[in-house]
Amino acid sequence: MPAQIDPIVGRYVHVTLQGRPHRLYFEEAGAGIPLVCLHTAGADGRQFRHLMTDTAVTDGFRVLTFDLPWHGKSTPPDGWQDEDYRLTTATYTEAIRTFCAALDLERPAVLGCSIGGRIVLSLAAHHAAEFRALIGLESAAFQESWYDTDWLYRPDVHGEVCAGLVSGLIAPQSPPTARWETLWHYLQGGPGVFKGDLYFYRVDGDLRDQIGRIDTRTCPLYLLTGEYDFSCTPEDTIRTAQQISGVEVVVMRELGHFPMSENPQQFRGYILPVLERIRNDSRAGR
Amino acid sequence: MMPSQASTSNDLAAMIEHLPDLVNGDAALVRRGRTLTVDVLIEIGAAPYYLSIAAGRIARIERGPLLTRSWSFAIRGSEHAWRQFWLPMPPPHFHDLFALAKRGEFRIEGDFYPLMSNLLYFKDVLSAPRRLAGEAH
Repeated sequence: MPAQIDPIVGRYVHVTLQGRPHRLYFEEAGAGIPLVCLHTAGADGRQFRHLMTDTAVTDGFRVLTFDLPWHGKSTPPDGWQDEDYRLTTATYTEAIRTFCAALDLERPAVLGCSIGGRIVLSLAAHHAAEFRALIGLESAAFQESWYDTDWLYRPDVHGEVCAGLVSGLIAPQSPPTARWETLWHYLQGGPGVFKGDLYFYRVDGDLRDQIGRIDTRTCPLYLLTGEYDFSCTPEDTIRTAQQISGVEVVVMRELGHFPMSENPQQFRGYILPVLERIRNDSRAGR
Repeated sequence: MMPSQASTSNDLAAMIEHLPDLVNGDAALVRRGRTLTVDVLIEIGAAPYYLSIAAGRIARIERGPLLTRSWSFAIRGSEHAWRQFWLPMPPPHFHDLFALAKRGEFRIEGDFYPLMSNLLYFKDVLSAPRRLAGEAH
């Protein structure tokens, strides 16, 4: 019997970000409309492996995900050992747009979760014409902090604390194997990387004064949030959506902050209808 | 005035008092806490429980109040909050220590270091009584 091999292909692309050379790891699967998936803070593109092996998705979409600099298999920039990593709205936006341009993607759809859900709001506000659709999972323009991020980066506390904190954001209905795989991604993060991502989330990326300019006629926007997510609560997402005309909001039952990896089967029921809408819009030439 | 023996609903008292069996009988959980020795206060409504953890095992649990007993950190919550937290399938925002803390249902006080440096362990210790529901009924 032949071995089971996932139809996901991983490669590296060399790009320049903030004037410095970077080697980004990316994976892709499927053919059709480019769909770029943005992982959560402190994790990497493996979170999307179920989406990338679902033929209901890959039959119509070329699904791509890249690991942000410092994450997953992307190489940190030369000299990383002497600096503190810090993600900002500007550097995050540059990484996404540079990746899409480097791969020559034509008006891709972008799906982002958590920090990825936050940045799609910024893309919608400032770069909507470059994208055919934007999907924010666990997405809000702002949300209240609930812990001191200094715990995430200190040599006397193991990086296990990152998994310990986010473990509560996973719905209790999620299968144990998927829960622990989701946590493994956090256990593998480099020191200070999760904390550095949260600079964007907590300090630099408050978008409340920008989302009013989002025009969903230029680029449709879909927001989906898990009912068990107490970091980005359904109320946070709904409050955001109330300031955006034409946005669609779905509260996902029995899901938390990592829908694509914590319970892929449950997530399918919510994401496939959205992807079908995007496919229909593309067929209609929108 | 002498401190009186605080009353706690019998169901919650039974759950917390089963904690040593639940934790010490779970070899993987004890292994996760193997480097940890600490004293913790868990308050359920008005009833304080003092947990002594030694190398990941719950060496002792005592119901207070014990006015002179030291502890490193305390987790305090109403009976309602603990009852929701210990449901086999807790509702949203009652399912996690920090979810409850964020909404003001739990208060965590004291030295956070032993908690944060053993967070996966403590989350599983605290939620262990959820396993009792299936056994009791």
